[in-house]
Amino acid sequence: MELLNRRTLEENLFKILMFASLCIVLGSLVIIFGLVVINGASSLNIEMLTQTPTISSPGAPPGGGILNAIVGSLLLALPATGIASLISIGIALFLQTDFLSPRVSNAIRFMLDVLWGIPSIIYGIFCLMIMIYLGMSSSVLVGMIALTMLEIPIITRCMDEAIKMVPIGLKEGSYSLGSTKFETAVRVVRRQAFPGILAGMLLGLGRGIGDAASILFTAGFSNRIPTSLFDATASLPTMIYNLYSTPLGQSKAFAAAFILLIIVLIVSVLSRLLTRRLKKHIIK
Amino acid sequence: MNKRKLRDFIGTKLMLMGTLFISVLFFLILILLLFRSSLVLESHSITDVLFSSIWNPDAGDFGLAAVIIDTILVTGIALVIAIPISLLSAIYIVEYAPLRIRRIIRPFVDVLAGVPSVVYGLCAFIFLVPFVRDVVAPWFGAQSTGLSIFTASLILSVMVFPIIISLCIESFDAIPIALKEASLSVGATKWETVKKVVLRASAPSVIAAILLGFGRAFGETIAVNMVIGGMPRLPSSLFNPGETLASLIASKYGELMSIPIYESALMLVALILFIVVLLFYLLGFLILRRAKKRWNY
Repeated sequence: MELLNRRTLEENLFKILMFASLCIVLGSLVIIFGLVVINGASSLNIEMLTQTPTISSPGAPPGGGILNAIVGSLLLALPATGIASLISIGIALFLQTDFLSPRVSNAIRFMLDVLWGIPSIIYGIFCLMIMIYLGMSSSVLVGMIALTMLEIPIITRCMDEAIKMVPIGLKEGSYSLGSTKFETAVRVVRRQAFPGILAGMLLGLGRGIGDAASILFTAGFSNRIPTSLFDATASLPTMIYNLYSTPLGQSKAFAAAFILLIIVLIVSVLSRLLTRRLKKHIIK
Repeated sequence: MNKRKLRDFIGTKLMLMGTLFISVLFFLILILLLFRSSLVLESHSITDVLFSSIWNPDAGDFGLAAVIIDTILVTGIALVIAIPISLLSAIYIVEYAPLRIRRIIRPFVDVLAGVPSVVYGLCAFIFLVPFVRDVVAPWFGAQSTGLSIFTASLILSVMVFPIIISLCIESFDAIPIALKEASLSVGATKWETVKKVVLRASAPSVIAAILLGFGRAFGETIAVNMVIGGMPRLPSSLFNPGETLASLIASKYGELMSIPIYESALMLVALILFIVVLLFYLLGFLILRRAKKRWNY
């Protein structure tokens, strides 16, 4: 009887510990969201969304809004995600056993995992090195390239996981009707894995739009909206990074964080909704 | 037919090019970092750089020992906090929580994983920095500005939670239910089943999850940079400012870019980051492969 008591005691003790841990995790989530939403909502207004920062005299509070960062972020992340998705889908389809031996494709998968895992600042300085070598300066174009490199491993690995799940019978059916490998990959496998492919693209977008380290030096910073690919530009993450430490800049930083968080939430919800909806069309 | 063959040929070559590009990129980054960091290694021996703690670029000292120690401290403390909390939460979510609650928690954890690190940094700067300055540091009898190694560890542990939790949930779910049923049917309590069956059967994936969490904590640049204070000195207390490898690059690159040997020293830092991440992924890969052979699922 005493033994049983000790066992139930241990069970209950760990139950409490587990519950407490979960509370810590959810509590930190609530604190982060609470801080961003409360501070962000209070500093967000029309002026913030529709104006670029005004260059004020030294000492005066910085005025204007964060339109340049919003536009910059979209200009950097959307094309980068597009290009990265295009390259990634090629790689992911090519990693199937139809094209490469498992040994080679697993080696490439490992490299992709490492590329996913290295700090994004490495992409930043890598692109910066090439940029200086080519005699260019910080610009939308270089930032976009850095983000593309950062996103390719993420998107590819997601797509790859989805493509792995495509039943072999489906491919065999396509081959037996006389399709080539490429036709099977693009017309059959791509369609069947489409929900996963889309989820990968959206994950890449979410990562790309929130990353500051890779575009810190490559995209530079500017108070104006870029007019060409070769202009430096601000973005939401770099705006936060530049403004967080001064009390006057914090309201802008929180407004930017709020918008960033909303974008990330929309991307995450969209990914869930779309994959659920599209799953209806795939063949079980 | 010819047109189809041509399209097949071109399409396959394009895919091959993409695959080659990413493989080449991997080696290109490695080689370029090696090449660019060779300059500092010409004038300083590698032991000098790794084991001297004097970072004073103006005097030509590029000792990274202090930064390396700070990195180990920050990452270590973050993991010591994050591992038990994430593991216990994952066990609770999988084994104890009702299905309804589980369905709600999963998306939340995913969202937490997607929050940009700069937002974590901002929240840490507003919330954790005063918290450490006014509550934690005085409690330990230390003076602190709040910008400290400990603050960076705290925010890193929060950033690592979702990674370990979601991977652990996946690996707990993959355990055959028969294993658990066998344990429960011979009279083990739920916790005993978790301890002796679930955790043991999923140990390799849990270790892989922890290694991934380590990778994230180790390489985190921006959030750490915002709260650690930026002092590449040997730390005398956890509540003093420090500097990690990744955040050193972010804070010094802008000012040191124009002088070749400074730049080369930072390239060496990036190279160290790359190699450590590579080694840890290799370790995780080997552990998982071994486990797959042994467990067959």
